[in-house]
Amino acid sequence: MSDHPDLLKLFFGRLTWDALPLHVPIVMVTFAVVMIGALAVLGAITYFRLWGYLWREWFTSIDHKKIGIMYMVLGLVMLLRGFADAVMMRAQQAISFGHSTGYLPPEHYDQIFTAHGVIMIFFVAMPLVTGIMNFVVPLQIGARDVAFPFLNNFSFWMTTAGAMLVMASLFIGEFARTGWLAYPPLSGIGMSPDVGVDYYIWALQVAGVGTLLSGVNLLATIVKMRAPGMRMMQMPVFTWTALCTNVLIVAAFPVLTAVLALLAMDRYVGTHFFTTDLGGDAMMYVNLIWIWGHPEVYILILPAFGIFSEVVSTFSRKRLFGYASMVYATVVITVLSYLVWLHHFFTMGSGASVNSFFGITTMIISIPTGAKIFNWLFTMYRGRIVFEVPMLWTMGFMITFVIGGMTGVMLAVPPADFSLHNSLFLIAHFHNVIIGGVLFGLFAGINFWFPKAFGFRLDPFWGKCSFWFWQIGFWFAFAPLYVLGLMGVTRRLSHFDDPSLQIWFVIAAFGAFLIALGILCMLIQFAVSFRRREQLRDHTGDPWNGRTLEWSTSSPPPAYNFAFTPIVHDNDAWWQMKQRNYRRPLDGYRAIHMPKNTGAGIILAGISAALGFALIWQMWIPAAVSFVALLVVAIGHTFNYQRDYYIPADEVARVETARTELLANHV
Amino acid sequence: MSDTHAIHLSGQPGHPEELSFHVTGDHHPANSTLLGFWLYLMSDCLIFACLFAVYGVLGRNYADGPTGAQVFELPVVALNTSLLLLSSITYGFSVLEMQRDRVRGTLIWLAITGLLGAGFIFLELREFAHLIAEHNGPQRSAFLSSFFTLVGTHGLHVTFGIIWLITLMVQVGQKGLIHENKRRLMCLSMFWHFLDVVWVGVFSFVYLMGVQP
Repeated sequence: MSDHPDLLKLFFGRLTWDALPLHVPIVMVTFAVVMIGALAVLGAITYFRLWGYLWREWFTSIDHKKIGIMYMVLGLVMLLRGFADAVMMRAQQAISFGHSTGYLPPEHYDQIFTAHGVIMIFFVAMPLVTGIMNFVVPLQIGARDVAFPFLNNFSFWMTTAGAMLVMASLFIGEFARTGWLAYPPLSGIGMSPDVGVDYYIWALQVAGVGTLLSGVNLLATIVKMRAPGMRMMQMPVFTWTALCTNVLIVAAFPVLTAVLALLAMDRYVGTHFFTTDLGGDAMMYVNLIWIWGHPEVYILILPAFGIFSEVVSTFSRKRLFGYASMVYATVVITVLSYLVWLHHFFTMGSGASVNSFFGITTMIISIPTGAKIFNWLFTMYRGRIVFEVPMLWTMGFMITFVIGGMTGVMLAVPPADFSLHNSLFLIAHFHNVIIGGVLFGLFAGINFWFPKAFGFRLDPFWGKCSFWFWQIGFWFAFAPLYVLGLMGVTRRLSHFDDPSLQIWFVIAAFGAFLIALGILCMLIQFAVSFRRREQLRDHTGDPWNGRTLEWSTSSPPPAYNFAFTPIVHDNDAWWQMKQRNYRRPLDGYRAIHMPKNTGAGIILAGISAALGFALIWQMWIPAAVSFVALLVVAIGHTFNYQRDYYIPADEVARVETARTELLANHV
Repeated sequence: MSDTHAIHLSGQPGHPEELSFHVTGDHHPANSTLLGFWLYLMSDCLIFACLFAVYGVLGRNYADGPTGAQVFELPVVALNTSLLLLSSITYGFSVLEMQRDRVRGTLIWLAITGLLGAGFIFLELREFAHLIAEHNGPQRSAFLSSFFTLVGTHGLHVTFGIIWLITLMVQVGQKGLIHENKRRLMCLSMFWHFLDVVWVGVFSFVYLMGVQP
């Protein structure tokens, strides 16, 4: 082999045995645990002969409901990884004072905070948000699937491929040590010559393709596939927020793609976009990445606002207060989200006028957001509030998020930002809105729509335990960071000299422990609910006395969602149908036109992951091979013209008759 | 606010009992491919927008290297531009043939379009090769980095357009002008014209303005 060092180099690039972290005990233990867990799962799948079932019914499925559920599984698994990073940081900062340097060396600590941010935003929040939109939107608008079912499957697997690359960086090589947005010149080839930043770039590029395509897909779905009669101003609020979020995705993610491609050019080709020499401009990177980054925040929060709107009106047994103002507020936030990006770097030195402009636009965003809060409050006012778990998360959100929003307005004041910039105050603020807003919203949504997806409700006791641990744990974990930030402590430090600060970090670590219990309770909630599924069974398809169309079909819905396409006359379409004593038709079924499953999505995404890995390690021959394979498989897929089939009317009749019997026996 | 529980009927208020709540016949939602492809094109347009913005910021950072006036050969670029603009017209002829359901005419015009596109790519690569041979590659200065990336990204798009065009020619040859193939030809048509529009921007903004002192 040593006779052909050049060929070897072309084949393996920078990858050698040294890339394995054999000398880092923490990583090796993690690796062992992950491997044992993975082998156990793979062994169980093999033992129970589930491979065929998983491949046919899930991996190759183009059913938007199954894809939505797979997104949720991906997001929750990655949440455990991202949270493990958080616990490691909190533990390090709680003990690394004075002579103690803690248990994490700085270069490892830097990878952890970078991975934490990247994973939580791209591979937890994004999959969970996309998953809920995928599952709920077609049902809410009375459609049978999304506009491009194959692309939907492909998008999911691309997101998963990106997540796999990030996970691979834990054990093969290393991850970026740059912070989650990888600012140059630190992320340039001079300061970060190893593979960490390349993992970052290619993981996000691969996942970004998935995100962009799913944005196009859901937009076309909402615009083109609404049930007859459903005008724009009759769409459920969650669908409205999904529409605006996907507009933001389609209009923001190309900027991320472009800026990461330019960073890759700097690193691979030696161009001078963001270098400090030969005319490069690092601040251009910061501008561009935040032109994506700020809309990204609203991509995450708008669907959460939609979830809260559905939950509040359902559990207050009232029509949502101020539907039109809710829609306009959402649209205004969508537009304004593009006019505020510079508030992330007031300290760049763009001058008083520019900073004032962006400070004011930032403050203006709080107006439509405040209008939403009042709409939810007025919906609750004189409503018959039912304190189910989704409603608890919603109320917890309203308190937490308002406080987070106010600290955001403080940061929007440029003079104040000059002292708060890059401090732990900022960290506390954005966790306050992302956990208190996005995550609480997702948990409300999971508890709310779980019965629709699986046919049984989630156990309320463990759900409430999870809620309280999260709620209290959140304040223990982040209130100290506000205090520390006001005292001037900056972010991303792995060691502190001043022992008087330690108590605050210990309190924060305790908060992280409480949150860990909250996550544990959620996992117990899933397990307990599965065991008690017969008691928690939802036979009606409408466990919460819901208002929108997804509750009009069975739980879980049949593959075709609706045997007959609904006709909509009102905002709360299903509520109106119930008020009018609508009766399900019991005959007259027709064959239903549906798309066919295909393995092309998972294959293409697998090749993309291989291509990304080869590019990271500069393995040029495998990279070329996988690129050609990608083209061949993609073109080959376009030669398949038989992409759909009909579910025969008899089959529809059989499914619907079974449901009729179920309803007759249980209602 | 006392009637927030009431249902507001937007149907026929005179005959509320006649509301029907489901479609009894077959229901086929409109095909969304062209809309979806438009959305994709607009997202692609944003990638170009970023690259144009980057060129706008860095386009005069010569770092003691050559300026646009020194390296651009406008006559070649003019020839290049006319090839690409002409290829948009020939694609248009192909679509006209497609609408008359004439496979042969469609394929011939597609082939001419592809050849014009290939000629464009050839001239562009020749220009790049010249620059690199004279040590004016993308590593020379921020101006050349942004020039190569903007023009190269466009060229990459045209290359993929040619691969797609060949694929479609094979598919039209195999299956004829069936509904799916017509839809695909329309998508490629939008893609091709879009690249033309982008090139008009590149030609004016990069080349014509670049040779100004």
